Order: sequence, then C-alpha cells, then structure tokens
Amino acid sequence: MTKPLYERPTLVRHQMGMMNKFGRAQAMQPLESIDGVSVDELVKTYGSPLFVFSEADLVARYRELHDLLALRYRKIRIAWSYKTNYLDAICKVFHREGAYAEVVSEFEYDKAMRMGIDPTHVHFNGPLKSEATLERVLPAGTVIHIDHFDEMAAAERVAERQGIRPKVAVRVNMAVESVPPWSRFGFNLESGQAMEAIRRLIAGDKLELAGVHCHLGTFITDPAAYKQAAAKLAHLANTLRSEHGVLLEFIDVGGGFASHNTLKAQYLPGEQATPSFSRYVEALTEGLSQLDCDPRDLPTLVLENGRALVDDAGYLVSTVVANKRLRDGRRGLVVDAGVNTLFTSFWYNHDVVSAQPFRGIPEPTVIYGPLCMNIDVVRDTLVFPAMSVGDRLVLKNVGAYNVTQWMQFITYRPAVVMVGRDGKHGLIRRREQLEDIVGPEEVPDWL
Amino acid sequence: MTAAPLTIAVTGLNATDNPGPGVGVIRALRAHPDFQGRIVGLAYDSLDPGIYAHDLVDDVFLMPYPSQGLAAFSTRLAEVHGRVPFDVVIPTLDAEIPTFIDLEPQLRTLGIGSFLPSQELFDLRSKAHLAHLGEIANINTPATRVIADPNDLRQLEGKLEYPFWVKGAYYGATEVHDVHEAIAAYHQMVAKWGVPVIAQAGVDGDEIDVVAVGDGEGGMVGAVPMRKRLLTDKGKGWAGIAIRDPEIEELSRRYFAATKWRGPCEIEMMRSQSGELHLLEINPRFPAWCYLSAGAGMNLPWAVAQLAAGRDVAPMHEYEVGKMFVRISLDQIVSLSDFESIAATGELHRCTPGDAS
Amino acid sequence: MTIPQKLRDLAISETGFLFDPYTGSTFSANEPGLTVLEGLREGLGVADIATRLRESFDVPAAADVERDVGEFVHLLRRSGLVPEEFTA
Repeated sequence: MTKPLYERPTLVRHQMGMMNKFGRAQAMQPLESIDGVSVDELVKTYGSPLFVFSEADLVARYRELHDLLALRYRKIRIAWSYKTNYLDAICKVFHREGAYAEVVSEFEYDKAMRMGIDPTHVHFNGPLKSEATLERVLPAGTVIHIDHFDEMAAAERVAERQGIRPKVAVRVNMAVESVPPWSRFGFNLESGQAMEAIRRLIAGDKLELAGVHCHLGTFITDPAAYKQAAAKLAHLANTLRSEHGVLLEFIDVGGGFASHNTLKAQYLPGEQATPSFSRYVEALTEGLSQLDCDPRDLPTLVLENGRALVDDAGYLVSTVVANKRLRDGRRGLVVDAGVNTLFTSFWYNHDVVSAQPFRGIPEPTVIYGPLCMNIDVVRDTLVFPAMSVGDRLVLKNVGAYNVTQWMQFITYRPAVVMVGRDGKHGLIRRREQLEDIVGPEEVPDWL
Repeated sequence: MTAAPLTIAVTGLNATDNPGPGVGVIRALRAHPDFQGRIVGLAYDSLDPGIYAHDLVDDVFLMPYPSQGLAAFSTRLAEVHGRVPFDVVIPTLDAEIPTFIDLEPQLRTLGIGSFLPSQELFDLRSKAHLAHLGEIANINTPATRVIADPNDLRQLEGKLEYPFWVKGAYYGATEVHDVHEAIAAYHQMVAKWGVPVIAQAGVDGDEIDVVAVGDGEGGMVGAVPMRKRLLTDKGKGWAGIAIRDPEIEELSRRYFAATKWRGPCEIEMMRSQSGELHLLEINPRFPAWCYLSAGAGMNLPWAVAQLAAGRDVAPMHEYEVGKMFVRISLDQIVSLSDFESIAATGELHRCTPGDAS
Repeated sequence: MTIPQKLRDLAISETGFLFDPYTGSTFSANEPGLTVLEGLREGLGVADIATRLRESFDVPAAADVERDVGEFVHLLRRSGLVPEEFTA
C-alpha cells in the first residue's frame, strides 16, 4: 500500500466569517505549462522571475475585438496603445494583425517609427507634444489629438511655418452616468468648451478637423458608459456636419476596457466582473447608431485599447524563496519577484496559481517580494496551498503596464519571453545586466 | 393534479440581525400546500444560522464565496448536485446573482432551473443607473451621483443637499450630514463592497417596499407592497404590514413593463410628503421579509420555484391586506456534531419526517 | 515529559475537527497534524514524532520534518492548546 503524501502538519482556527473550507484554493488548477511549454523548462532556460507572453492569447484577444467590431460597424480601426506594453515583439504582433499605433510621447513615437510604422497610421495623444515634436510629426502626416488651446496654437504655428494643412483630432471630455469624469484631458463637452475649441479650429482655417476623440477613463466595467459616450460623440458629429459642413473621418472612443484583473476595491473577481468584448462593442455601436449621415460618409470608429488586449496574455513566473509564520498566524511566502517588477500589484489582487501540483489544507497566506521594504507585498492575504522553497507560482494577467512601469531598483529587471503558437519560445527582452544600468552613468573628473 | 416534487436549493442562510432572505424563502416554499420535495441549503459560513434550522433545511452544503471566482463556485455547485441532485436553485444574495446569471447555461445542462434576469438587466438596476431606469419607466428618482474618489464628495457641495445617503455597490446605506461623515461612509462602503459608491439625495416621507416577481416578458407575476412598522437600530424592518395602493401597483407594473425584469426583486420606494412616489432602489432578489407574501396568500417564492422549473404560473392578484409580519429572535440548540459536520466536511444532512428515501 | 492536561482534554475527531472544551474554540487539523497531536498525547518528543511522520507518510527528501513539528508545536502554543512553556 502506498503511503499518503506528506504535507506540513498544520492547524487552522475556525473564525467568524472565515469558516468556509471551500475557497478558491480547492478549485485551483496548477498551471504547469503555458501554451504547451512547461513553466519548469522556461525557468530553467531563462531564469526566475520571468515574464511570459502568449502569442496565441495576444492574437486571440485582438481578433475577438476586431471581429466583433467588424460585425457591427463598417469602418473600424484599432490603435494599439503603446504605453501598456511597448516591447517591439508585442507591438509587432498587433501591427501584424493590422493595428495602428496610439502613442502619447515622442519616445513612443520613436519606437513606432523604428518599427517601420507608417506615420499616418499613428494617433498621437497626450498633454505634452512640444512644438519641436509637432514640427516633426505633423509634416509626416501623423494625426495629433489636440488636448488644450495652447497646443492648438502651437499646431497652427507649425502648419503655417511648414506650409501644410495637417489633419488633427480634438479630444473632448464628458460626463456619463456611471463613470466619474476625467475632466483634465481635452475640452469639456457639456460646458460648450469643446464646441468653442472646434469653432476656433475651423475659424483659424490652418488645421483639418479629421476626428473627435474621448477617453472616458480606465478599467471601466460598465459597458453602458460607452453607449453614452458614443452617442454624445455621434451627436457632436451630427452638429459639426449640420452647422459647419464638416464630415469627420473618424470618431475615436479611446480605450479603458477592463482586463480580467481584479481591482483591490472590487468585490467580484475580474473573471466575473469584467464585461466581454461583445458587451462593450454592442454598447459602442448602439451609441453610434445616433449618427445621422449618409452611409458612405460614416466616420471610421477608432478604438485605442491596450490593457484589455495584452493584460490577459502576460504571466509572471516567480520562485518561492522562504516560508514563514507571521505573528497573527497567517503564512508568509517570500518569492523572488517584488513590487518593483510587478508594479500592478499596487492596483490589483492578482490571480496567483501554483505551477506544480499541490495538496493539503490551504491557509491564509501573504505573498511578499524580495525587497527589504515593508511595502513589498505582491499579493495580500489569499487562501493558498502549502508551498516549499524552490516551488514556483504564476501570477496571471500581468501583461499590461508592468514591462513599461517596472522599476530598476536594487536588482536587474527580469527577462521577458514569448511563447509562440507551435511550442516555440524566445526572448523578447533579455534579463538586464550591470552594463545596462551603469552604461549611462558618468563620474565627473573632480571626483 | 399535483406536479412532481421539486428539490429546491436556496442560498442566503445568514439569518442574523441583518438577515439574508434564504430562511424566509424556505419557509414560504414549505408553507405551500403542494410542497413535498427537499430543501438544499447553500451556505457561506459554518455559523450561518439557517444551517441549524433542522425543520427547514434537509441538506446543507458550504459554498465558496462568489468573490472566489466562477471556477471555484461552479466546481462546488456541480459537486453538490452530484451529492443531492436538485431541480431548481433560488439565489437570494445580491453579490451572488451575477455568478448565477453567468452559470445559468451550465446549470441548465445539469438539469437545474433558475429564474433570473440577464446580466444587462442586472446592470441596469444597479444603483449607478437609477436615473436612467427612472427615465425609461417614467418613475421619479432622487438625484444620484456615482462616486469613485472621496474628493468627488467635496465637489457635491451645492449639488446635493445634506443630509443625503451614501450607498454601497451591493448593500449598505448611511445617512450623512456633512462632508466628513460622507467621506467616512465612503471608505466604509469601499472597504466592504468596493467601488462605485453612490451618493443619493434624501427623500422625506414613508418608505414602501414591494416584493414582486417579473415574468421576463414585461408582465408582473405578482406583487405585495409592505410598509415597515418597526425598525431595528440598523434601519432594518422588524415588523411590517401588507398594504394595497393602486398607484404603487401601477408603478410596479410600469417597472416590469419597461425593463422586462425576469425573476424576483424588491422595489424600494418613498412616498414623499407631497404625495409622489420616488423609486429608491431595485434589489435583484427576494427581500428577507418575503415570507409575508406567503402569509398574505400570494406565495411568490413558490411561484419562482415553479417558473424556474419551467412550469407556468398565472399572474396573481389577491393577497390579504393588513397581514403583518413581526420578526422574532430565538436561540436554536445545536449539537457539536452538526457543527463539526459543517466545519470539517462542509455538509450536513438530515432525514426529514416522512422522507421515504 | 509531562503531558499537559489541556492536551489530554482536547477533543479530537478523526475528521480533523478539534474542540477545546476550556475555551470553546474549534479548529481543523490536517492528517500529519493529527499524527503530531497523537504523538504529543503519548508523550513523544520531536525526534520520535518526526520518525512516526516518516513512517506514515511519503516524505520528500527536501522536507525538514523536525522543523515542521517544531512549527506545529508553536502553532499549538499560539492557539492556546498547550501552555506557553510547553516544549516537545
């Protein structure tokens, strides 16, 4: 007879509100491989911690969104939001699928140009576009989304100097029912500021109004907000056509779709709370049905998604360094990836799973990173199975913002790999080494 | 002719001083003369009082919290169904309704019926959309603002007059008299139920609550309005009386006609001092006091069980006006072995008198 | 070594359900936890209990069973199931 597998002897006190043995941990399936490539092999090849991106997931998310849009609206465009993840390989996957680029800085613009993106396939957003930047991007045919009157004036000066009539969009902000307004970007719609900006732009007669743009906010879990936003933009487009004879080339509804992550202040987990793409798309196109124009003159619907396309495709593999018992009885798990690597752990309760089979009584556990800092909590209390030193765990839905907002702090940033669709895998950013960090440093000669 | 007995699973056994509706629903089911099936209680904590109501619940299973995710929940539900097959499930807690809506197709393949709104409808009745709901159903609603940042509360000065209410995404409401109270209430709500939080203008008057069931096609299966007569210090109704007012019935009908709501709900409204009715909130499930509907002769939980089993239910009109409920607290005596069974195995089974199997 | 009266009086069920009649607290223990409790009630020391665990379970080579037993005893102390001064 075979003996039962050993697990550490443990004891859990029954406490009010915590007397339920059927938690997430019981339903947890170990994630032993990603797209058919074993996590173990990946870590042995590239080290730990390790970011892993699934090419199949990236493509599937993009095509799902694209196809749903195409079913409901004739002219559509998805502009890949660089700031969520601008690694070349990630951008390349989306551009290969036909995505435009949405950039918010000259650095991101440089990255897009370096990849050979047609400058007319770039939407340039953000509150800072210097006159020098405008001198460069406007003649190239890039569409800028004007954020404020000072920028409009700068764009007009550039147009005059260069003798061009560049295409631009005007960014507006607005109030919708279930989302607190982001009034700091663009011109306010309800107060009449947006119409005033557009009238000024038309009267100035130096810029070509190609589109209107609104980005409601971020991680919006209520699709109805998009219906309202799209309807308001449609009404704006109707007014522009009837009062100024302007036919817009595009209506840009921004991004802000939620990924399947769970915000810290969210009760239901993202896998349930996050609406499907089809619900967002349905809401958007219902709102756009308010457009009153000849079908041939329909403006293109532009989306600027990032998080919702890339987040679910990213994984962070980390290795257990130590187990400890906290004073309050919870188990502490120290792992080799901290908040410097997983920046989004400040916002989300990330879904964490074991990378190997497990058993035993799951216990309330806190997952700590390796930094010598109290804030280095990768995942606050969750019920998690017992882990041994050297075991691996996988943090899910980490594809957005981490490999752009991570910090180089007291250690090297880890490698990033992509798993291809036929079991291939390869580096898309190697682990940093000393020279990457000290390279830009100088020591003045008086020292 | 009597239809085959149904085994009915019911959630919300947390019959505490702020009770979940499960015990009320089960008592209503058992009160129906045609009831002869089993009741499976689905609980979230080993000390949910309804678990130990031995004359009400035949089998009890602990469930993972909905916040643990769909996979954990559906795995456990299938496991429970494997142990005690049930025909119908009546979820009764706001926070679990989205989960049951998501699982509806999966439950159907297991042969489990439910009678719930769509996710779109569920969202529409969320507190953030109250104004929109009022608009499409042509019902007055108090001014409502969605708050996602405590600073938004400071900007309400002049837009919403104190005192107003700060409400949680799922449950909870606190009356606040100044910005400090409002911010404190905001943080309490976020800690418990997450964002968004709703700030809602107060309407002075008499609160009226209606327990009602919509047929999903715009019709109303039945409704019993109730006026609270005794409140706990938490503002929960501890006694109430069934009333009849054509205007309230008309408003309820308008709500169902405009939304095509499917399933049970509680419509909370306020009759202001000047006499108009204002819609305050739609709760997407039975209220804890729903046993009054059975007591007054319009057994709405039974109707939902029939509808969930795919049986027809004719619209109901009659109930006894003036029937009251007066709640009571009582101490149940429980053996340690029952508690052990729930805490250690996550289930508890009883043979009910007259149970042949 | 003397076996604390509290430990003798602890109600232990084979389901792993523990009831402390002194305080009314209840607990769940896993199988190895029950094995350790049994050993302690027989007055065994850490080394003997570790041996028993190795005999009863398939223990991976990397596991530090003695440390695990020590940690479990610490848990018992913290849970008030044995006196503060108790050591195995």
